[in-house]
Amino acid sequence: MWSEHCSYKNSKNVLKQFPTTGQRVLQGPGENAGVVDIGDGQAVVFKIESHNHPSAIEPYQGAATGVGGIIRDIFTMGARPIASLNSLRFGSLKNKKTRYLFEGVVAGIAGYGNCMGIPTVAGEVYFHPSYEENCLVNAMCVGIMKHEDLAKGLAKGPGNPVFLVGARTGRDGIHGATFASEELSEASEERVPAIQTGDPFMEKLLMEACLEVLKTGYIVGMQDLGAAGITSSSCEMASRAGTGIEMDVAKVPCREEGMTPYEILLSESQERMLFVVEKGREEEIQAIFQKWDLEATQIGQVTVDGLMTIKEGAEIVAQVPAQALTELCPRYDREAQEPEYLAPAQEYDLGTLPEMEDYGKVLLTLLGTPTIASKEWVFSQFDYLGGTNTVVPPGSDAAVLRIKGYNKGIALTVDGNSRYVYLDPYRGGQIAVAEAARNLVCVGAVPLALTDGLNFGNPEKPEVFWQFKETVAGMSKACEVLETPVVGGNVSFYNETKGEAIYPTPIVGMVGLIEDLSQVTTPGFKEEEDIIILLGQNKDELGASTYLSIIHGLEAGKTPEIDLELEKKVQQATLELIKLKLAVSAHDCSEGGLAVALAECCLAGKIGAEVALTENLRPSGMLFGESPSRIIISIRKGKIDTVLQSLKKLQVPYKVIGSVGGEVLSIAGSGWKVKVELAEMEEKYRRAIPCFMQG
Amino acid sequence: MKFGIVVFPGSHGATDCYYALEQVLKEAVTYLWHAEEDLQGVDCVIIPGGYAYGNYLRPGSIARFSPIMKQVIAFGKQGGLILGLCNGFQILTEAGLLPGALIRNSSLRFQCQNTYLRVEQTQTPFTNLCTEKEIVKMPIAHAEGCFVVAKETLESLEKESRIVLRYCDEQGEITPESNPNGSLNNIAGIINEQGNILGMMSRPERCVEAILGGVDGKKLFSSLVEWWQGGAER
Repeated sequence: MWSEHCSYKNSKNVLKQFPTTGQRVLQGPGENAGVVDIGDGQAVVFKIESHNHPSAIEPYQGAATGVGGIIRDIFTMGARPIASLNSLRFGSLKNKKTRYLFEGVVAGIAGYGNCMGIPTVAGEVYFHPSYEENCLVNAMCVGIMKHEDLAKGLAKGPGNPVFLVGARTGRDGIHGATFASEELSEASEERVPAIQTGDPFMEKLLMEACLEVLKTGYIVGMQDLGAAGITSSSCEMASRAGTGIEMDVAKVPCREEGMTPYEILLSESQERMLFVVEKGREEEIQAIFQKWDLEATQIGQVTVDGLMTIKEGAEIVAQVPAQALTELCPRYDREAQEPEYLAPAQEYDLGTLPEMEDYGKVLLTLLGTPTIASKEWVFSQFDYLGGTNTVVPPGSDAAVLRIKGYNKGIALTVDGNSRYVYLDPYRGGQIAVAEAARNLVCVGAVPLALTDGLNFGNPEKPEVFWQFKETVAGMSKACEVLETPVVGGNVSFYNETKGEAIYPTPIVGMVGLIEDLSQVTTPGFKEEEDIIILLGQNKDELGASTYLSIIHGLEAGKTPEIDLELEKKVQQATLELIKLKLAVSAHDCSEGGLAVALAECCLAGKIGAEVALTENLRPSGMLFGESPSRIIISIRKGKIDTVLQSLKKLQVPYKVIGSVGGEVLSIAGSGWKVKVELAEMEEKYRRAIPCFMQG
Repeated sequence: MKFGIVVFPGSHGATDCYYALEQVLKEAVTYLWHAEEDLQGVDCVIIPGGYAYGNYLRPGSIARFSPIMKQVIAFGKQGGLILGLCNGFQILTEAGLLPGALIRNSSLRFQCQNTYLRVEQTQTPFTNLCTEKEIVKMPIAHAEGCFVVAKETLESLEKESRIVLRYCDEQGEITPESNPNGSLNNIAGIINEQGNILGMMSRPERCVEAILGGVDGKKLFSSLVEWWQGGAER
């Protein structure tokens, strides 16, 4: 319970910086998931969680149980899960081990989510050598419910019976939590028994049954069994309510014989829930579980003494104050120190870089880079249409789901660029939040709140802890300015192999609200003669760019500057134009800069564009610099005056940069021009990942 | 007309079918719980997509032993209308109501994507509102949708015009590239000898509203209603 994974002992003090309140926040961090109001008495419930270490050892089951765990967190709150997302990081696809991990993780997510009938609607994948041995698998789940259905993990009411329901308890996953709180090593392969195996069908039954029993009103509290199994779920429930729990491990239905109390308490067998029932209502509850062919067993009751009393039959085998395991865990303020690599990397002189001869070729190379290329190979394995709510499927800036019975919807995204964070954790943290919000705005949504997945190395190393602190500070600042509070999240430390930490990787999972579904906007250019406008400012900022990394093999320079006030203006202007139905497409500039963003607009719309840029910047910086706070929109030709008037009124920097049409993307600057055929871009963009996976 | 949607544990497509029929097509619809043995007087049974019993062992292999299936089989043999979608198609082949089997996609991966289907037969309860050789767009989402069948059966399916839908490209050409899962002869949907039972892997219930990207699925459900009303008049 005092492992980092369960206690957050190294991170709690830093995480206090996050703004966690707001008008729409119904439940902030501390519960199984965050809850945010979306009007009409409805709320969205969401959270992200990592399953990195298990996935690095056994990719299919590691990823599958990661999905299963986060889904349980959502329906435990009383919400029906309606969408899943994921954020994945792997090493280079040139490496056979990476392909094995990638293939297994994607299949595991698909296997679990598809069987549950919860559509996986959005995600992101980056490939970078720093994740070679330690891939990252962060899974997010989003549910929806009525305000009054909010359930909490409280063990209230002494005398109330405590039930365990779902799968039987086995020896799998014992020490999963401590395994997650150490560095991966050669010996990690021996940790295979610490990895749980998933049974999505059991979880589907559990979900339907739990949602049904919650409706009865006789459930006092409910908590899923995750890391550290019965131990953590029972302590957390008692600790939150200020009560104790007495339970008898001999009553726990086991799938193996001869399990010791220790094994039963620490088993991380999946698909199990602990709940407290109003005394006298046991039979009604049992009947519902029986309908779903589930075994619900009373294993104990709530007590007044604040103690966790564990018995085996009549004999007490353990007794500890519940709070001692949760609240009283020591917290550490670790030493933080700027890493040595940072100053020289930031000071690298990018001014002397040679310009390339053929920028069309560079653009094609970037489009064929797995991190930028189409992720269709991934998302076509996910049933992203289940539930018949998916209005914008994977592949756009954000996914959009409609809310049945209303003309409104929610937009969902996950984002995080670790190179930015590696080269400037404060700015990188700010950009992660800003980009997530920008993605939501591009589909026509107002950003509401976020869940954070913070993946770092060993926090006992001052350099890693410094990265962590700076990142959280940067994220907090952006959350404040953009008014997107943090309502829950997950910290994953010890992501290292052979003493090398991964790039610091904060992931932002953000939810937005679309008040009118007719406003949903997509990135693809629409019709011939539409006018293309760039909101924001072009600068020569090649630092931390994909271009530098792929073309020059450099992970250096300064992470682009971000002005959060400008960011806010660009986002507000985009939303305004979308609401007025003036913008017919919107897409944000991110990895690969303006050139890649324009190419993506063309590819999504299956139409070319002719663009002319007037800033006096060198072509590399102009085309591939990754300055944030830029959105490409397109509008109908006849609306240009109205649009420009609006933009002037909103006082947002903009440039009319070209028009839509043809089958070529051409971008001209002062004295240079790039021309690439749509078909050629398509080939590079679509074929990149499938090619690797066939080879 | 009253539709009944069979719900096995894990049939998550049931709610999507229910919504499409009740909210979009405004038809009467009821769920048929797997443990019951009463079809509640429905005029058409839909076996929806999803993962009945987790698709453990083999898709459909456990579901076909559910109590409700006895009634469904009897209903089908008496000429009752049955529509099996995705997992429902798999269950119908396992139950022996349709020939052949659905094995793993030739890609060996789960595939979720849009497919184009060419309507090969319009004289059926399921496609009578379609035009000859009409091209419809419907999504698929499955890992085991590769239709295989013994050679002789395939020949009789072709001869008896029981292949109702074939995967095609946007222009209606039957090509290997437009076949998403490796099905024999691009077969996307077949009917039984009497013509009252259709199995297909694509998901019409997922394309009945423009906001979700298409409405071609409506034609299938509306055809059923049209057929039933015609029959009532007859």
